[in-house]
Amino acid sequence: MSTATPITRVSITMIVNDQPVTAEVDPRTLLVDFLRETLQLTGTHVGCDTSQCGACVVHVDGLSVKSCSMLAVQADGSRIVTIEGLAQAEDLHPVQQAFYTQHALQCGYCTPGMVMSAVDLIAHNPQPTDREIRAWLKGNLCRCTGYHNIVSAIAAAARAAHAPASANP
Amino acid sequence: MYPFDYVRASSVEDAVSAAQTTAGSRFLAGGMTVLPMLKQRLANPTQLIDLGHLAGLRFIRADIDGIHIGAMTTHAAVAGSGLVREAIPALARLVDGIGDPQVRHRGTLGGALATNDSAGDYVAAALALAATIVTDRRRIAADDFFRGMGETALAADELITEVVFPIPRRAGYAKFEQLASRYALVAVMAAETTVAGPRVAVIGAASCAFRLPALETALSRRWHAAAADSLAIDPDGLTSDLCGSAAYRADLVGVLARRAIADAG
Ligand SMILES: Cc1cc2nc3c(=O)[nH]c(=O)nc-3n(C[C@H](O)[C@H](O)[C@H](O)COP(=O)(O)OP(=O)(O)OC[C@H]3O[C@@H](n4cnc5c(N)ncnc54)[C@H](O)[C@@H]3O)c2cc1C
Ligand code: FES
Ligand code: FES
Repeated sequence: MSTATPITRVSITMIVNDQPVTAEVDPRTLLVDFLRETLQLTGTHVGCDTSQCGACVVHVDGLSVKSCSMLAVQADGSRIVTIEGLAQAEDLHPVQQAFYTQHALQCGYCTPGMVMSAVDLIAHNPQPTDREIRAWLKGNLCRCTGYHNIVSAIAAAARAAHAPASANP
Repeated sequence: MYPFDYVRASSVEDAVSAAQTTAGSRFLAGGMTVLPMLKQRLANPTQLIDLGHLAGLRFIRADIDGIHIGAMTTHAAVAGSGLVREAIPALARLVDGIGDPQVRHRGTLGGALATNDSAGDYVAAALALAATIVTDRRRIAADDFFRGMGETALAADELITEVVFPIPRRAGYAKFEQLASRYALVAVMAAETTVAGPRVAVIGAASCAFRLPALETALSRRWHAAAADSLAIDPDGLTSDLCGSAAYRADLVGVLARRAIADAG
């Protein structure tokens, strides 16, 4: 049996948007603060800091999580994708493109979290119904749009991702 | 957050011994309850013992006693489990209704039971299904586990390792959501268990979950939703707040008990 040894600063290593990152952090550092303050990835927003709004959603090992409700040390050894990691060079990710085309944002504050949440939904449920999209967005609040165009954008992105596969048997 | 030390447990024994050596330690599972508490400075642990790497506590399996779920199994894993959906569909649906997808990706069974939130969905399931909570040192019946508002039978250094849910003959869940938080304002789980007969558990209505023995007796004569019609719930002692008076909650208990029994079929 090994004995857990107390430590004050903790060394962490993770892959963020395909880049390896190593740092020493105070254990109470939130993942969102590590991303924004240390890595300067300020695309991830903090809307509430109380786990309610979803502005801070990122992917940890392929699952959407609220980065304000996770410690950076808990993400040690993980693969993280933030909103900055979606676009390939000049090409927006299909979900980003759909948000743009369908006018699914106004102030844009909730948008990074909405997009990251939607990408996770489509990865696990490639053809969600509008009902499933709305249920999935339970943890993402938007104070501007009234959600309607967000739901349309996600449905459109899912259709677009699906279309080439069905067109090319 | 106040500062704290951080250790990563490599085994159940390691986690427990870390809790025993350092007073004021706290286990960290998904962090969905602990981290919001720490942010509000409602707790000041000296050390967080991270259970996140205890892969041996993430499992779902079935045997003659029922469905065994490891303490570190996330809500998403339980809600999505074919085994759980098949054996206890009401449990899979209940867990799928906890929080939102991001909370379900992190939050765990062990954390939910150790928290004993008055509106904790899993608490209703553990009570109604007559679950057994297994810790590093003993087995605790759900009836003996929840001890009042946020209180459980766990010692400070005691770790939940798994929970056994016996497979019921039938089970149903009816939840009335508080519209802002989406936590249960009141929810009822009704189950006909094979060993302990009918069991009906209520969450959200009071500071701690409770069962409805009179209704359980009526259901043991015949399982039918109308059994809840004659249910008289005394509002005295029920929660009264911004979201609903005690009398309103008492009324909801009857309505939801009826729906839960009907949901069980
Ligand atoms: C936005 C939001 C919405 C939510 N909605 C709901 C809801 O609708 N219904 C609902 O029921 N819950 C809800 N929750 C709570 C959620 O279910 C939590 O995940 C759960 O209560 C705690 O699990 P955790 O793994 O995150 O535990 P943690 O926060 O890590 O720990 C909670 C407590 O349990 C202790 N603990 C953890 N694991 C163990 C163990 N194995 N043995 C002993 N002690 C342990 C910890 O020390 C701590 O005191 C919500 C949470 C959030 C943030
Ligand atoms: S900032 Fe994380 S949920 Fe609002
Ligand atoms: S676009 Fe402003 S909060 Fe959603």
